[in-house]
Amino acid sequence: MNAGTWNLWRSQVSAILRLEIKKNFLARRGLWIYLLAGAPTVLLWAHAFLNLRDGRKCDLGRDSLIFATIFQFFYLRLAIFFACVGVFMRLFRGEMIEKSLHYYLLAPVRREVLLAGKYLAGVLTTSVIFCTATALSLAAILAHAPRQAAEQYLFAGGGVGHVLAYIGTAALACVGYGGVFLVMGFLFRNPVVPAALVLIWESLNPFLPAMLKKISVIFYLQSLCPIPVPAQGDFAFLAVLAEPTPAYLAVPGLLLLTAAGLFLAARQVRKLEINYGTE
Amino acid sequence: MSDREIVFENVSKFYGEVLGVNRVNLTIPPGITSLVGPNGSGKTTLMNLMTGLLRPTQGRIQVLGVPPDQPERLFRFVGYCTQFDSFPRGMTGYQFVYSYLRLHGKTNDEAADLTADAIERVRLTDAAHRKIGGYSKGMRQRIKLAQAISHWPKVLVLDEPLNGLDPLVRAETIALFRSLAQEGQYVIISSHILHEVDAISDQVILLSSGYVVAEGQIHDVRTEVEEHPMQVLIRCPHPARLASRIFQLDTVVEARVHNDGKGLLVRTRDPERFYLLLNRLVVDGVDVESIAPADDDVHSVYEYLIGPDGGAI
Repeated sequence: MNAGTWNLWRSQVSAILRLEIKKNFLARRGLWIYLLAGAPTVLLWAHAFLNLRDGRKCDLGRDSLIFATIFQFFYLRLAIFFACVGVFMRLFRGEMIEKSLHYYLLAPVRREVLLAGKYLAGVLTTSVIFCTATALSLAAILAHAPRQAAEQYLFAGGGVGHVLAYIGTAALACVGYGGVFLVMGFLFRNPVVPAALVLIWESLNPFLPAMLKKISVIFYLQSLCPIPVPAQGDFAFLAVLAEPTPAYLAVPGLLLLTAAGLFLAARQVRKLEINYGTE
Repeated sequence: MSDREIVFENVSKFYGEVLGVNRVNLTIPPGITSLVGPNGSGKTTLMNLMTGLLRPTQGRIQVLGVPPDQPERLFRFVGYCTQFDSFPRGMTGYQFVYSYLRLHGKTNDEAADLTADAIERVRLTDAAHRKIGGYSKGMRQRIKLAQAISHWPKVLVLDEPLNGLDPLVRAETIALFRSLAQEGQYVIISSHILHEVDAISDQVILLSSGYVVAEGQIHDVRTEVEEHPMQVLIRCPHPARLASRIFQLDTVVEARVHNDGKGLLVRTRDPERFYLLLNRLVVDGVDVESIAPADDDVHSVYEYLIGPDGGAI
Protein backbone atom coordinates (compact mmCIF):
# COMPACT_ATOMS: atom_id res chain seq x y z
CA MET A 1 0.00 0.00 0.00
CA ASN A 2 1.70 3.20 -1.09
CA ALA A 3 1.29 6.76 0.21
CA GLY A 4 -0.74 7.74 -2.87
CA THR A 5 -3.40 5.15 -2.08
CA TRP A 6 -3.62 6.30 1.54
CA ASN A 7 -3.92 9.92 0.44
CA LEU A 8 -6.68 8.99 -2.01
CA TRP A 9 -8.58 7.06 0.67
CA ARG A 10 -8.17 9.94 3.11
CA SER A 11 -9.54 12.45 0.64
CA GLN A 12 -12.42 10.11 -0.28
CA VAL A 13 -13.30 9.54 3.39
CA SER A 14 -13.30 13.30 4.00
CA ALA A 15 -15.57 13.81 0.95
CA ILE A 16 -17.97 11.20 2.37
CA LEU A 17 -17.78 12.80 5.83
CA ARG A 18 -18.69 16.21 4.40
CA LEU A 19 -21.81 14.79 2.77
CA GLU A 20 -22.87 12.53 5.63
CA ILE A 21 -22.28 14.81 8.59
CA LYS A 22 -24.37 17.57 7.04
CA LYS A 23 -27.12 15.03 6.38
CA ASN A 24 -26.94 13.50 9.88
CA PHE A 25 -26.93 16.77 11.83
CA LEU A 26 -29.50 18.67 9.78
CA ALA A 27 -32.00 15.92 8.96
CA ARG A 28 -35.49 16.58 10.32
CA ARG A 29 -35.92 12.86 10.88
CA GLY A 30 -33.06 13.05 13.43
CA LEU A 31 -34.79 15.59 15.65
CA TRP A 32 -35.83 12.92 18.15
CA ILE A 33 -32.15 12.15 18.81
CA TYR A 34 -31.56 15.71 19.99
CA LEU A 35 -34.68 15.45 22.19
CA LEU A 36 -33.49 12.14 23.64
CA ALA A 37 -30.01 13.48 24.35
CA GLY A 38 -31.26 16.82 25.64
CA ALA A 39 -34.11 15.66 27.91
CA PRO A 40 -31.99 14.85 31.03
CA THR A 41 -29.85 17.93 30.40
CA VAL A 42 -32.91 20.18 30.32
CA LEU A 43 -34.30 18.54 33.49
CA LEU A 44 -31.01 18.85 35.34
CA TRP A 45 -30.63 22.51 34.33
CA ALA A 46 -34.24 23.22 35.35
CA HIS A 47 -33.51 21.58 38.70
CA ALA A 48 -30.32 23.64 39.06
CA PHE A 49 -32.13 26.85 38.09
CA LEU A 50 -34.94 26.26 40.62
CA ASN A 51 -32.45 25.47 43.37
CA LEU A 52 -30.38 28.56 42.56
CA ARG A 53 -33.51 30.70 42.50
CA ASP A 54 -34.65 29.38 45.88
CA GLY A 55 -31.17 29.58 47.36
CA ARG A 56 -30.88 25.81 47.87
CA LYS A 57 -27.56 24.09 47.33
CA CYS A 58 -27.36 20.58 45.96
CA ASP A 59 -26.02 17.55 47.71
CA LEU A 60 -23.17 16.78 45.34
CA GLY A 61 -22.87 13.18 46.51
CA ARG A 62 -26.54 12.46 45.90
CA ASP A 63 -26.69 14.37 42.62
CA SER A 64 -23.64 12.62 41.20
CA LEU A 65 -25.28 9.30 42.11
CA ILE A 66 -28.46 10.43 40.35
CA PHE A 67 -26.40 11.34 37.31
CA ALA A 68 -24.57 7.97 37.44
CA THR A 69 -27.99 6.28 37.32
CA ILE A 70 -29.24 8.51 34.51
CA PHE A 71 -26.06 7.91 32.56
CA GLN A 72 -26.05 4.12 32.92
CA PHE A 73 -29.74 3.45 32.57
CA PHE A 74 -30.98 6.26 30.38
CA TYR A 75 -28.03 7.35 28.25
CA LEU A 76 -26.21 4.05 27.76
CA ARG A 77 -29.10 1.61 27.73
CA LEU A 78 -31.74 3.72 25.98
CA ALA A 79 -30.74 7.06 24.45
CA ILE A 80 -27.40 6.18 22.84
CA PHE A 81 -28.68 2.70 22.05
CA PHE A 82 -31.73 3.91 20.10
CA ALA A 83 -29.89 6.88 18.59
CA CYS A 84 -27.38 4.40 17.15
CA VAL A 85 -30.27 2.28 15.84
CA GLY A 86 -31.61 5.40 14.11
CA VAL A 87 -28.33 6.70 12.75
CA PHE A 88 -26.30 3.61 11.86
CA MET A 89 -29.05 1.39 10.51
CA ARG A 90 -29.98 4.21 8.15
CA LEU A 91 -26.48 4.73 6.79
CA PHE A 92 -27.01 2.23 3.98
CA ARG A 93 -30.56 0.95 4.42
CA GLY A 94 -32.00 4.48 4.64
CA GLU A 95 -30.39 5.44 1.35
CA MET A 96 -31.67 2.25 -0.24
CA ILE A 97 -35.18 3.29 0.82
CA GLU A 98 -34.64 6.82 -0.51
CA LYS A 99 -33.15 5.32 -3.69
CA SER A 100 -30.06 7.49 -3.53
CA LEU A 101 -27.33 5.03 -2.54
CA HIS A 102 -26.22 4.58 -6.16
CA TYR A 103 -24.71 8.09 -5.99
CA TYR A 104 -21.87 6.68 -3.90
CA LEU A 105 -21.65 3.38 -5.75
CA LEU A 106 -21.06 5.13 -9.09
CA ALA A 107 -17.87 6.76 -7.82
CA PRO A 108 -14.43 5.09 -7.90
CA VAL A 109 -14.50 4.45 -4.18
CA ARG A 110 -13.66 1.10 -2.62
CA ARG A 111 -16.76 -0.16 -0.88
CA GLU A 112 -14.77 -0.57 2.36
CA VAL A 113 -13.68 3.08 2.17
CA LEU A 114 -17.32 4.09 1.72
CA LEU A 115 -18.23 2.00 4.78
CA ALA A 116 -15.44 3.60 6.82
CA GLY A 117 -16.53 7.11 5.78
CA LYS A 118 -20.17 6.53 6.62
CA TYR A 119 -19.34 4.82 9.93
CA LEU A 120 -17.03 7.65 10.98
CA ALA A 121 -19.74 10.18 10.11
CA GLY A 122 -22.20 8.27 12.30
CA VAL A 123 -19.73 8.06 15.20
CA LEU A 124 -18.92 11.77 14.93
CA THR A 125 -22.58 12.75 14.84
CA THR A 126 -23.73 10.62 17.78
CA SER A 127 -20.58 11.32 19.83
CA VAL A 128 -20.86 15.09 19.44
CA ILE A 129 -24.54 15.00 20.44
CA PHE A 130 -24.17 12.68 23.44
CA CYS A 131 -20.80 13.89 24.71
CA THR A 132 -22.15 17.45 24.64
CA ALA A 133 -25.33 16.37 26.44
CA THR A 134 -23.26 14.50 29.06
CA ALA A 135 -20.96 17.47 29.63
CA LEU A 136 -23.89 19.91 29.91
CA SER A 137 -25.70 17.61 32.36
CA LEU A 138 -22.62 17.42 34.58
CA ALA A 139 -22.25 21.19 34.31
CA ALA A 140 -25.84 21.58 35.57
CA ILE A 141 -25.03 19.53 38.68
CA LEU A 142 -21.91 21.51 39.39
CA ALA A 143 -23.64 24.82 38.67
CA HIS A 144 -25.78 24.70 41.79
CA ALA A 145 -23.37 22.85 44.08
CA PRO A 146 -21.61 24.87 46.78
CA ARG A 147 -18.55 26.36 45.12
CA GLN A 148 -16.09 24.93 47.60
CA ALA A 149 -17.59 21.45 47.36
CA ALA A 150 -17.56 21.60 43.58
CA GLU A 151 -13.88 22.63 43.51
CA GLN A 152 -13.06 19.96 46.07
CA TYR A 153 -14.86 17.34 43.97
CA LEU A 154 -13.30 18.43 40.67
CA PHE A 155 -9.70 18.92 41.72
CA ALA A 156 -9.26 16.76 44.79
CA GLY A 157 -12.00 14.17 44.55
CA GLY A 158 -11.25 12.95 41.02
CA GLY A 159 -14.13 14.93 39.49
CA VAL A 160 -12.23 15.89 36.33
CA GLY A 161 -11.44 12.22 35.80
CA HIS A 162 -15.13 11.37 36.28
CA VAL A 163 -16.19 13.98 33.72
CA LEU A 164 -13.67 12.68 31.21
CA ALA A 165 -14.68 9.08 31.94
CA TYR A 166 -18.37 9.85 31.32
CA ILE A 167 -17.61 11.70 28.09
CA GLY A 168 -15.24 8.94 26.95
CA THR A 169 -17.76 6.24 27.82
CA ALA A 170 -20.49 8.06 25.87
CA ALA A 171 -18.17 8.26 22.85
CA LEU A 172 -17.23 4.58 23.19
CA ALA A 173 -20.91 3.68 23.43
CA CYS A 174 -21.43 5.38 20.06
CA VAL A 175 -18.43 3.50 18.65
CA GLY A 176 -19.64 0.13 19.96
CA TYR A 177 -23.37 0.36 19.29
CA GLY A 178 -22.57 2.04 15.97
CA GLY A 179 -20.57 -1.00 14.84
CA VAL A 180 -23.33 -3.38 15.97
CA PHE A 181 -26.14 -1.50 14.22
CA LEU A 182 -24.14 -0.85 11.08
CA VAL A 183 -23.85 -4.57 10.47
CA MET A 184 -27.50 -5.08 11.52
CA GLY A 185 -28.49 -2.56 8.84
CA PHE A 186 -27.16 -4.95 6.21
CA LEU A 187 -28.82 -8.02 7.70
CA PHE A 188 -32.29 -6.63 8.53
CA ARG A 189 -34.65 -4.39 6.60
CA ASN A 190 -36.81 -3.50 9.59
CA PRO A 191 -34.81 -1.79 12.39
CA VAL A 192 -37.31 -2.87 15.07
CA VAL A 193 -36.27 -6.52 14.88
CA PRO A 194 -32.49 -6.09 15.49
CA ALA A 195 -33.12 -3.29 18.00
CA ALA A 196 -35.35 -5.61 20.04
CA LEU A 197 -32.95 -8.54 19.72
CA VAL A 198 -29.89 -6.52 20.80
CA LEU A 199 -31.84 -4.84 23.60
CA ILE A 200 -32.88 -8.22 25.01
CA TRP A 201 -29.33 -9.55 24.64
CA GLU A 202 -27.86 -6.52 26.40
CA SER A 203 -30.45 -6.75 29.20
CA LEU A 204 -29.64 -10.40 29.74
CA ASN A 205 -25.94 -9.63 30.05
CA PRO A 206 -25.66 -10.02 33.85
CA PHE A 207 -27.20 -13.47 33.70
CA LEU A 208 -25.04 -14.77 30.85
CA PRO A 209 -22.02 -17.05 31.27
CA ALA A 210 -18.66 -15.22 31.40
CA MET A 211 -17.76 -15.97 27.76
CA LEU A 212 -21.08 -14.71 26.35
CA LYS A 213 -21.00 -11.58 28.51
CA LYS A 214 -18.03 -10.40 26.47
CA ILE A 215 -20.11 -10.39 23.26
CA SER A 216 -22.00 -7.37 24.48
CA VAL A 217 -21.38 -3.64 24.37
CA ILE A 218 -22.88 -2.84 27.78
CA PHE A 219 -20.52 -5.30 29.47
CA TYR A 220 -17.55 -3.09 28.60
CA LEU A 221 -19.33 0.24 29.02
CA GLN A 222 -20.54 -0.40 32.58
CA SER A 223 -17.02 -1.19 33.65
CA LEU A 224 -15.93 2.23 32.40
CA CYS A 225 -18.52 4.22 34.33
CA PRO A 226 -16.70 6.05 37.16
CA ILE A 227 -19.44 5.81 39.78
CA PRO A 228 -21.15 2.43 40.20
CA VAL A 229 -24.86 2.43 40.95
CA PRO A 230 -25.20 0.72 44.38
CA ALA A 231 -27.20 -2.46 44.77
CA GLN A 232 -28.82 -1.00 47.89
CA GLY A 233 -30.84 2.16 48.36
CA ASP A 234 -33.15 4.17 46.15
CA PHE A 235 -31.76 2.88 42.86
CA ALA A 236 -31.29 -0.76 43.81
CA PHE A 237 -34.02 -1.91 41.44
CA LEU A 238 -31.96 -0.58 38.53
CA ALA A 239 -28.63 -1.93 39.65
CA VAL A 240 -26.96 -4.78 37.83
CA LEU A 241 -24.49 -6.99 39.59
CA ALA A 242 -21.63 -7.57 37.23
CA GLU A 243 -17.96 -8.24 37.60
CA PRO A 244 -16.13 -5.02 36.79
CA THR A 245 -13.58 -5.26 34.01
CA PRO A 246 -10.55 -2.99 34.28
CA ALA A 247 -10.46 -0.12 31.77
CA TYR A 248 -7.29 -1.44 30.14
CA LEU A 249 -9.27 -4.55 29.16
CA ALA A 250 -12.69 -2.94 28.66
CA VAL A 251 -11.57 -0.39 26.04
CA PRO A 252 -9.64 -2.83 23.82
CA GLY A 253 -12.43 -5.40 24.34
CA LEU A 254 -15.04 -2.96 23.11
CA LEU A 255 -12.87 -1.90 20.17
CA LEU A 256 -12.28 -5.54 19.27
CA LEU A 257 -16.03 -6.20 19.33
CA THR A 258 -16.58 -3.15 17.13
CA ALA A 259 -13.85 -4.25 14.73
CA ALA A 260 -15.57 -7.63 14.41
CA GLY A 261 -18.84 -5.84 13.56
CA LEU A 262 -17.10 -3.65 10.98
CA PHE A 263 -15.40 -6.67 9.44
CA LEU A 264 -18.80 -8.34 8.95
CA ALA A 265 -20.23 -5.09 7.56
CA ALA A 266 -17.30 -4.82 5.11
CA ARG A 267 -18.08 -8.30 3.79
CA GLN A 268 -21.71 -7.29 3.32
CA VAL A 269 -20.93 -3.99 1.61
CA ARG A 270 -18.72 -5.78 -0.95
CA LYS A 271 -21.74 -7.87 -1.97
CA LEU A 272 -24.19 -4.96 -1.87
CA GLU A 273 -26.41 -4.61 -4.95
CA ILE A 274 -28.70 -1.79 -5.96
CA ASN A 275 -32.14 -3.28 -6.24
CA TYR A 276 -34.47 -0.55 -5.07
CA GLY A 277 -37.53 -2.50 -6.19
CA THR A 278 -37.20 -4.91 -3.27
CA GLU A 279 -36.94 -2.20 -0.57
CA MET B 1 -10.94 -11.36 -22.40
CA SER B 2 -10.11 -8.24 -24.39
CA ASP B 3 -9.17 -5.03 -22.60
CA ARG B 4 -10.45 -3.00 -25.54
CA GLU B 5 -14.02 -4.20 -25.44
CA ILE B 6 -16.88 -4.71 -23.06
CA VAL B 7 -17.40 -8.43 -22.78
CA PHE B 8 -20.28 -10.46 -21.34
CA GLU B 9 -19.51 -14.16 -21.12
CA ASN B 10 -22.50 -16.42 -20.51
CA VAL B 11 -23.99 -13.92 -18.04
CA SER B 12 -27.26 -14.62 -16.25
CA LYS B 13 -28.99 -12.63 -13.55
CA PHE B 14 -31.96 -13.84 -11.55
CA TYR B 15 -33.86 -11.81 -8.96
CA GLY B 16 -34.86 -14.71 -6.78
CA GLU B 17 -36.83 -16.78 -9.24
CA VAL B 18 -37.46 -13.91 -11.63
CA LEU B 19 -35.27 -13.77 -14.73
CA GLY B 20 -33.35 -10.57 -15.36
CA VAL B 21 -31.14 -11.67 -18.25
CA ASN B 22 -30.17 -15.15 -19.33
CA ARG B 23 -27.04 -16.55 -20.95
CA VAL B 24 -25.90 -13.28 -22.44
CA ASN B 25 -22.78 -13.37 -24.62
CA LEU B 26 -21.83 -9.97 -25.97
CA THR B 27 -18.84 -8.04 -27.17
CA ILE B 28 -19.31 -4.30 -27.36
CA PRO B 29 -16.78 -2.34 -29.44
CA PRO B 30 -16.20 1.44 -29.38
CA GLY B 31 -18.88 3.69 -30.86
CA ILE B 32 -22.55 4.09 -30.05
CA THR B 33 -24.28 0.87 -29.08
CA SER B 34 -28.00 0.95 -28.40
CA LEU B 35 -29.85 -1.49 -26.19
CA VAL B 36 -33.34 -1.86 -27.58
CA GLY B 37 -36.23 -3.82 -26.17
CA PRO B 38 -39.59 -3.48 -24.47
CA ASN B 39 -40.01 -2.75 -20.74
CA GLY B 40 -38.72 -5.65 -18.67
CA SER B 41 -36.56 -7.01 -21.47
CA GLY B 42 -33.37 -6.65 -19.41
CA LYS B 43 -31.82 -3.40 -20.70
CA THR B 44 -31.37 -1.78 -17.27
CA THR B 45 -30.27 -5.09 -15.75
CA LEU B 46 -27.56 -5.36 -18.40
CA MET B 47 -26.38 -1.80 -17.66
CA ASN B 48 -26.43 -2.36 -13.90
CA LEU B 49 -24.43 -5.56 -14.36
CA MET B 50 -21.92 -3.71 -16.53
CA THR B 51 -21.39 -1.09 -13.82
CA GLY B 52 -21.34 -3.40 -10.80
CA LEU B 53 -24.60 -2.18 -9.28
CA LEU B 54 -25.76 -5.76 -9.72
CA ARG B 55 -23.74 -8.99 -9.51
CA PRO B 56 -24.31 -11.71 -12.09
CA THR B 57 -25.80 -14.95 -10.84
CA GLN B 58 -23.43 -16.65 -13.24
CA GLY B 59 -20.95 -15.72 -15.95
CA ARG B 60 -18.23 -13.11 -16.26
CA ILE B 61 -18.17 -9.46 -17.29
CA GLN B 62 -15.19 -7.27 -18.10
CA VAL B 63 -15.23 -3.62 -19.06
CA LEU B 64 -12.02 -2.86 -20.94
CA GLY B 65 -10.36 -5.61 -18.90
CA VAL B 66 -11.73 -4.52 -15.50
CA PRO B 67 -14.34 -6.59 -13.66
CA PRO B 68 -17.29 -4.47 -12.45
CA ASP B 69 -16.83 -5.61 -8.84
CA GLN B 70 -13.83 -3.27 -8.59
CA PRO B 71 -15.55 0.15 -8.56
CA GLU B 72 -12.34 1.86 -7.48
CA ARG B 73 -10.86 0.99 -10.91
CA LEU B 74 -14.02 0.82 -13.02
CA PHE B 75 -15.42 4.29 -12.39
CA ARG B 76 -12.12 5.97 -13.23
CA PHE B 77 -13.11 5.43 -16.88
CA VAL B 78 -16.84 4.68 -16.71
CA GLY B 79 -19.66 7.18 -16.32
CA TYR B 80 -23.20 5.94 -15.74
CA CYS B 81 -26.34 8.04 -16.13
CA THR B 82 -28.91 5.85 -14.41
CA GLN B 83 -32.66 5.83 -14.77
CA PHE B 84 -33.08 6.36 -11.01
CA ASP B 85 -34.74 9.72 -10.58
CA SER B 86 -33.69 10.28 -6.97
CA PHE B 87 -30.90 12.41 -5.57
CA PRO B 88 -29.19 12.98 -2.22
CA ARG B 89 -31.41 15.38 -0.26
CA GLY B 90 -31.00 19.12 -0.35
CA MET B 91 -28.27 19.25 -3.00
CA THR B 92 -27.97 21.84 -5.73
CA GLY B 93 -27.06 20.72 -9.23
CA TYR B 94 -23.55 22.09 -8.75
CA GLN B 95 -23.05 20.27 -5.44
CA PHE B 96 -24.33 17.05 -7.00
CA VAL B 97 -21.56 17.03 -9.63
CA TYR B 98 -18.89 18.67 -7.45
CA SER B 99 -19.30 16.21 -4.55
CA TYR B 100 -19.19 13.31 -7.00
CA LEU B 101 -15.84 14.58 -8.29
CA ARG B 102 -14.55 15.00 -4.74
CA LEU B 103 -15.41 11.33 -4.21
CA HIS B 104 -13.06 10.66 -7.13
CA GLY B 105 -10.33 12.23 -5.01
CA LYS B 106 -10.11 15.40 -7.14
CA THR B 107 -8.82 18.53 -5.42
CA ASN B 108 -11.13 21.43 -4.71
CA ASP B 109 -9.94 23.38 -7.79
CA GLU B 110 -9.99 20.37 -10.14
CA ALA B 111 -13.48 19.44 -9.01
CA ALA B 112 -14.72 23.02 -9.41
CA ASP B 113 -13.31 23.30 -12.95
CA LEU B 114 -14.65 19.92 -14.08
CA THR B 115 -18.06 20.65 -12.53
CA ALA B 116 -18.40 23.99 -14.31
CA ASP B 117 -17.32 22.37 -17.58
CA ALA B 118 -19.75 19.43 -17.29
CA ILE B 119 -22.67 21.68 -16.36
CA GLU B 120 -21.89 23.94 -19.30
CA ARG B 121 -21.82 20.94 -21.67
CA VAL B 122 -25.38 20.04 -20.69
CA ARG B 123 -26.48 23.73 -20.82
CA LEU B 124 -27.50 23.98 -17.18
CA THR B 125 -25.20 26.73 -15.95
CA ASP B 126 -28.00 29.15 -15.09
CA ALA B 127 -29.74 26.64 -12.82
CA ALA B 128 -26.59 25.07 -11.37
CA HIS B 129 -26.95 26.64 -7.93
CA ARG B 130 -30.63 25.80 -7.52
CA LYS B 131 -31.79 22.81 -5.46
CA ILE B 132 -32.34 19.69 -7.59
CA GLY B 133 -35.67 19.23 -5.80
CA GLY B 134 -36.98 22.20 -7.80
CA TYR B 135 -35.69 20.98 -11.18
CA SER B 136 -37.96 19.86 -14.01
CA LYS B 137 -37.71 16.30 -15.32
CA GLY B 138 -35.50 17.45 -18.21
CA MET B 139 -33.18 19.39 -15.90
CA ARG B 140 -32.81 16.40 -13.60
CA GLN B 141 -31.96 14.30 -16.62
CA ARG B 142 -29.33 16.82 -17.68
CA ILE B 143 -27.69 17.08 -14.26
CA LYS B 144 -27.41 13.28 -14.15
CA LEU B 145 -25.80 13.44 -17.57
CA ALA B 146 -23.41 16.14 -16.34
CA GLN B 147 -22.41 13.87 -13.46
CA ALA B 148 -21.82 10.94 -15.81
CA ILE B 149 -19.60 12.91 -18.22
CA SER B 150 -17.89 15.13 -15.63
CA HIS B 151 -14.69 13.05 -15.39
CA TRP B 152 -14.41 12.52 -19.17
CA PRO B 153 -15.02 8.76 -19.04
CA LYS B 154 -13.91 6.39 -21.80
CA VAL B 155 -17.10 4.36 -21.37
CA LEU B 156 -20.42 6.15 -21.01
CA VAL B 157 -23.45 4.10 -20.02
CA LEU B 158 -26.76 5.94 -20.44
CA ASP B 159 -30.10 4.51 -19.37
CA GLU B 160 -32.86 6.30 -21.32
CA PRO B 161 -30.79 9.52 -21.45
CA LEU B 162 -33.17 11.38 -23.77
CA ASN B 163 -36.24 11.00 -21.55
CA GLY B 164 -37.80 14.33 -20.65
CA LEU B 165 -35.48 16.43 -22.81
CA ASP B 166 -36.96 19.09 -25.06
CA PRO B 167 -36.22 18.82 -28.81
CA LEU B 168 -33.38 21.37 -28.81
CA VAL B 169 -31.52 19.83 -25.87
CA ARG B 170 -32.27 16.39 -27.30
CA ALA B 171 -30.53 17.33 -30.55
CA GLU B 172 -27.57 18.82 -28.64
CA THR B 173 -27.31 15.72 -26.47
CA ILE B 174 -27.33 13.42 -29.48
CA ALA B 175 -24.60 15.57 -31.05
CA LEU B 176 -22.61 15.21 -27.82
CA PHE B 177 -22.95 11.41 -27.94
CA ARG B 178 -21.85 11.42 -31.57
CA SER B 179 -18.78 13.50 -30.86
CA LEU B 180 -17.83 11.21 -27.96
CA ALA B 181 -18.20 8.14 -30.20
CA GLN B 182 -16.09 9.77 -32.90
CA GLU B 183 -13.34 10.27 -30.34
CA GLY B 184 -13.25 6.48 -29.91
CA GLN B 185 -15.30 6.32 -26.73
CA TYR B 186 -17.82 3.63 -25.87
CA VAL B 187 -21.33 5.04 -25.61
CA ILE B 188 -23.98 2.53 -24.56
CA ILE B 189 -27.52 3.83 -24.70
CA SER B 190 -30.85 2.28 -23.89
CA SER B 191 -33.84 3.88 -25.49
CA HIS B 192 -37.44 3.32 -26.43
CA ILE B 193 -37.34 5.97 -29.14
CA LEU B 194 -36.53 3.81 -32.11
CA HIS B 195 -36.07 6.45 -34.78
CA GLU B 196 -33.47 8.18 -32.60
CA VAL B 197 -31.71 4.91 -31.94
CA ASP B 198 -31.69 4.34 -35.66
CA ALA B 199 -30.19 7.74 -36.33
CA ILE B 200 -27.36 7.58 -33.81
CA SER B 201 -26.36 3.92 -33.35
CA ASP B 202 -23.33 2.23 -34.79
CA GLN B 203 -24.68 -1.08 -33.54
CA VAL B 204 -27.73 -2.34 -31.70
CA ILE B 205 -28.45 -5.07 -29.19
CA LEU B 206 -32.06 -6.24 -29.26
CA LEU B 207 -33.37 -7.72 -26.04
CA SER B 208 -36.57 -9.52 -25.27
CA SER B 209 -37.61 -11.22 -22.02
CA GLY B 210 -34.04 -11.30 -20.75
CA TYR B 211 -32.51 -12.77 -23.89
CA VAL B 212 -30.36 -11.11 -26.54
CA VAL B 213 -32.42 -11.56 -29.70
CA ALA B 214 -29.92 -9.96 -32.09
CA GLU B 215 -26.79 -7.83 -32.02
CA GLY B 216 -24.63 -6.04 -34.55
CA GLN B 217 -25.00 -3.34 -37.16
CA ILE B 218 -28.60 -2.78 -38.14
CA HIS B 219 -28.11 -3.77 -41.77
CA ASP B 220 -26.42 -7.05 -40.79
CA VAL B 221 -29.16 -7.84 -38.28
CA ARG B 222 -31.84 -7.05 -40.86
CA THR B 223 -30.18 -9.32 -43.44
CA GLU B 224 -30.29 -12.20 -40.99
CA VAL B 225 -34.05 -11.92 -40.53
CA GLU B 226 -34.78 -14.31 -43.40
CA GLU B 227 -38.45 -14.96 -42.62
CA HIS B 228 -39.24 -11.36 -43.51
CA PRO B 229 -38.07 -10.59 -47.09
CA MET B 230 -36.35 -7.21 -47.41
CA GLN B 231 -38.57 -4.34 -48.57
CA VAL B 232 -37.30 -1.92 -51.21
CA LEU B 233 -39.10 1.28 -52.17
CA ILE B 234 -38.59 2.30 -55.79
CA ARG B 235 -39.75 5.81 -56.66
CA CYS B 236 -40.79 6.05 -60.31
CA PRO B 237 -43.35 7.83 -62.53
CA HIS B 238 -45.02 4.61 -63.78
CA PRO B 239 -45.08 2.08 -60.94
CA ALA B 240 -47.59 -0.28 -62.60
CA ARG B 241 -45.42 -0.55 -65.71
CA LEU B 242 -42.35 -1.21 -63.54
CA ALA B 243 -44.27 -3.82 -61.54
CA SER B 244 -44.99 -5.85 -64.66
CA ARG B 245 -41.27 -5.96 -65.48
CA ILE B 246 -40.19 -6.67 -61.91
CA PHE B 247 -42.53 -9.63 -61.47
CA GLN B 248 -40.43 -11.42 -64.07
CA LEU B 249 -37.43 -11.38 -61.71
CA ASP B 250 -37.13 -14.59 -59.68
CA THR B 251 -35.81 -12.81 -56.56
CA VAL B 252 -39.02 -10.84 -56.08
CA VAL B 253 -41.55 -12.22 -53.60
CA GLU B 254 -44.08 -9.40 -53.77
CA ALA B 255 -44.51 -6.03 -55.47
CA ARG B 256 -47.25 -3.53 -54.85
CA VAL B 257 -47.88 0.06 -55.79
CA HIS B 258 -47.15 2.44 -52.94
CA ASN B 259 -50.12 4.10 -51.20
CA ASP B 260 -49.27 7.50 -52.73
CA GLY B 261 -49.22 5.96 -56.26
CA LYS B 262 -45.74 7.32 -56.92
CA GLY B 263 -43.64 4.27 -56.25
CA LEU B 264 -43.39 0.54 -55.98
CA LEU B 265 -42.84 -1.45 -52.78
CA VAL B 266 -40.96 -4.65 -53.54
CA ARG B 267 -40.20 -7.56 -51.20
CA THR B 268 -37.14 -9.62 -52.08
CA ARG B 269 -35.31 -12.53 -50.48
CA ASP B 270 -32.00 -11.61 -52.13
CA PRO B 271 -31.59 -7.82 -52.12
CA GLU B 272 -28.05 -7.85 -53.56
CA ARG B 273 -29.11 -9.80 -56.62
CA PHE B 274 -32.30 -7.79 -56.91
CA TYR B 275 -30.33 -4.53 -57.07
CA LEU B 276 -28.13 -5.99 -59.82
CA LEU B 277 -31.14 -7.04 -61.89
CA LEU B 278 -32.84 -3.69 -61.29
CA ASN B 279 -29.72 -1.91 -62.54
CA ARG B 280 -30.06 -3.81 -65.79
CA LEU B 281 -33.68 -2.68 -66.13
CA VAL B 282 -32.58 0.91 -65.61
CA VAL B 283 -29.88 0.52 -68.25
CA ASP B 284 -32.59 -0.86 -70.58
CA GLY B 285 -34.47 2.41 -70.18
CA VAL B 286 -36.88 1.87 -67.29
CA ASP B 287 -37.46 5.23 -65.59
CA VAL B 288 -36.51 5.11 -61.87
CA GLU B 289 -36.09 8.16 -59.60
CA SER B 290 -34.72 6.55 -56.46
CA ILE B 291 -34.21 3.19 -54.77
CA ALA B 292 -34.05 2.79 -50.99
CA PRO B 293 -34.48 0.00 -48.47
CA ALA B 294 -37.84 0.43 -46.71
CA ASP B 295 -37.35 -1.76 -43.66
CA ASP B 296 -33.60 -1.73 -43.08
CA ASP B 297 -33.98 0.13 -39.78
CA VAL B 298 -34.26 -0.50 -36.06
CA HIS B 299 -38.01 -0.04 -36.07
CA SER B 300 -38.60 -2.79 -38.61
CA VAL B 301 -36.05 -5.14 -37.08
CA TYR B 302 -37.70 -4.55 -33.69
CA GLU B 303 -41.11 -5.37 -35.13
CA TYR B 304 -39.90 -8.51 -36.89
CA LEU B 305 -37.88 -9.89 -33.97
CA ILE B 306 -39.75 -8.64 -30.93
CA GLY B 307 -43.18 -7.79 -32.26
CA PRO B 308 -45.14 -4.55 -32.42
CA ASP B 309 -46.48 -4.89 -28.87
CA GLY B 310 -43.14 -5.85 -27.33
CA GLY B 311 -43.75 -9.59 -27.03
CA ALA B 312 -41.02 -11.77 -28.49
CA ILE B 313 -41.91 -13.61 -31.67
